[in-house]
Amino acid sequence: MDHFPGTWGRPRNDVYGAYDHSYLHTTGPKTHTSSPAVTGTSVIGVKFNGGVVLATDNLASYGSLARFTDVKRLRTFGENAVVGFGGDVSDMQYIDRLLESMDIRENYSSHGNMLNAKNLHTYLAKVFYKRRSEFNPLWNHVLVAGFDGEGKPFLSSADLLGTTFSGPHLATGFGAHLAVPILRRLFPEERPIEDISKEEAVSALKDCLKVLFYRDARSIDKYSIAVITKDGIDLKEDEQIENQSWAFAERIKGYGAQTK
Amino acid sequence: MTMLLNHASHGDGIGYSFAQPTAAPVQQHSFYPYTDNGGSTLGITGSDFAILAGDTRSTSGYNINSRMAPKVFKIGGDDETGEGAQIVLSVVGFAADGNALKERLDNIVKMYKYKHGKPMSVSACAQRLSTILYEKRFFPITYTRFWEGKGALYSYDPVGSYEREQCRAAGAASSLITPFLDNQVNFKNQYVPGSGEGHALEPKKAEPLSRSTAEGLVRDAFTSAVERHIEVGDYLQLVTITKDGIEEAFQPLKKD
Repeated sequence: MDHFPGTWGRPRNDVYGAYDHSYLHTTGPKTHTSSPAVTGTSVIGVKFNGGVVLATDNLASYGSLARFTDVKRLRTFGENAVVGFGGDVSDMQYIDRLLESMDIRENYSSHGNMLNAKNLHTYLAKVFYKRRSEFNPLWNHVLVAGFDGEGKPFLSSADLLGTTFSGPHLATGFGAHLAVPILRRLFPEERPIEDISKEEAVSALKDCLKVLFYRDARSIDKYSIAVITKDGIDLKEDEQIENQSWAFAERIKGYGAQTK
Repeated sequence: MTMLLNHASHGDGIGYSFAQPTAAPVQQHSFYPYTDNGGSTLGITGSDFAILAGDTRSTSGYNINSRMAPKVFKIGGDDETGEGAQIVLSVVGFAADGNALKERLDNIVKMYKYKHGKPMSVSACAQRLSTILYEKRFFPITYTRFWEGKGALYSYDPVGSYEREQCRAAGAASSLITPFLDNQVNFKNQYVPGSGEGHALEPKKAEPLSRSTAEGLVRDAFTSAVERHIEVGDYLQLVTITKDGIEEAFQPLKKD
C-alpha cells in the first residue's frame, strides 16, 4: 500500500522508472538567440540617377505562419538614409531603437546629424560583426540606402556575420535568387547609373516584388517602398502589388501532373 | 510484471513500457560564425618588386554578392586614397574577418609611425601580424592570407604561422594556381635540354623573374582559374610594389 496520496494515480516509479525532470531545467548555454523566430523576407534596392529606391513587403512570418501582415521593414535614419531589414523582426526593432537613440544624440550635438548612409552602414556592419564575434548574433540581413560623403547614391548590404558588399542593385534572402537576375537584365553593368531614371528604377522594383510574391511562400502582396533623393525620403508604407496574373501558369510545362 | 520491470527506465529517461527508445540526440541549432566568400589571391616577388593580385568577386554559395569587392588592401596610407602606404595586405576567405583584420593592422602601422616617427619595417609588421592572428588562437580569423611590402612576401595561416616566400597562391583556386606557379616560377619539372638522360638530367635553375614576366604569369594564372573555378571572376586587381611606391590596376576577367 502506498501511504503517500500525492503519488496515487501516477505512474509507479518501480514500474516506469523515476519521473524525468530533465526538460524542466535546461543545461548549457542559452540557445534561443541563435535562431530567428519572427522573420521578414527579401529586401531589394536599386540605384538610379540622383538617388536610390528600396522596397520590402509588409509581412513578418512565424515559421510558415503569416503572423503579422502590417510590419514596416523600411526604417528611416536622418534626412537621407533608409535601412531595409530582412531576418528577425525583434532584432530589427532593437537595431531601430539603437539607430533612433544615435540619431537623437547626433541631433543634440553642435553640428547636427551629419551621418550619411555610408557612415550608417559602417556602424551597422560593426555592430553585426561585434555580435557575431560574441556568438550572440543579430539575425538580420540589411540593405542601407542613401548617399555617401561625396553625395553620390549609396547602396550597401550587411548581414548577421558582418559581411558587407555593395553594388548598383542588391537583394537579400529570396530576392538574391529571384530579383537580382531581373535587375541584372534591366540594368546591366555597362549601363551607367546616370542613365537610369527614377521611374524606371521604381517600376523595376515593383516587377521584382510581384515575382517574389508569386514564388516566395513567405511573402505578401502589401509592400513598402522608399525613394531616396537629395530632396529627402519619399516613403510609402501601405502599397499593394497590382496587375498580378497567373495566366502564364497554364503555359508552363515540364512538371506537375500534365500528361502531354 | 517482470517483463515491465525489465523494460523500465533506459538510464534516467521515462521508462514507459510502450516507449520506443529514441537514439536521436536533442537537436541543437548552433550558430556558425564563418562563411566563405570565395575568390583567390596570388603573390609573386622578383628582385626589386612584389606583386599581389586578387579577383574582385564576392560570393556566398552559388550567389554572386558583388562583382567589385577588392580584397587587396593598402596598409598604413591615407584612409580614402591609400596614398603613402608601403605595405599591402590581402585576405581571402571570410570577408568580414578580412576587413576587421585590415583595419586592425592599418591602425597598428599608423600608430607605430606616430609613436616612433618612422614607418614600420616590413619584418616588424610581418611579426606583428602573426601576433594579431595568434592572439585569436581559439577563435581564429579564418583562411589563408598574405601580406607584403617592398619586395618581401609573407604568407600566413589562420592562427599566425608565417613564412617568407617567393610566390604563393591562396583561396578558392589555390589548388589550381599552385602547380602552375611551381612550374613557371620555380621551374619544377623543367630540365636543361640535352644535359643528360634520366636521372642525369640537370634541373633548370630558378632565377628572379622580370616584372613583365611576373605580371604575365599572374594574368595567365587568373584567366585559367576563372575557366575552372566558379568562385573566381569579374575583375583582376593587380597591385605592384616597387621602391617607388604602389601601383594598382584593375583588368576585366570573365563574368560567367
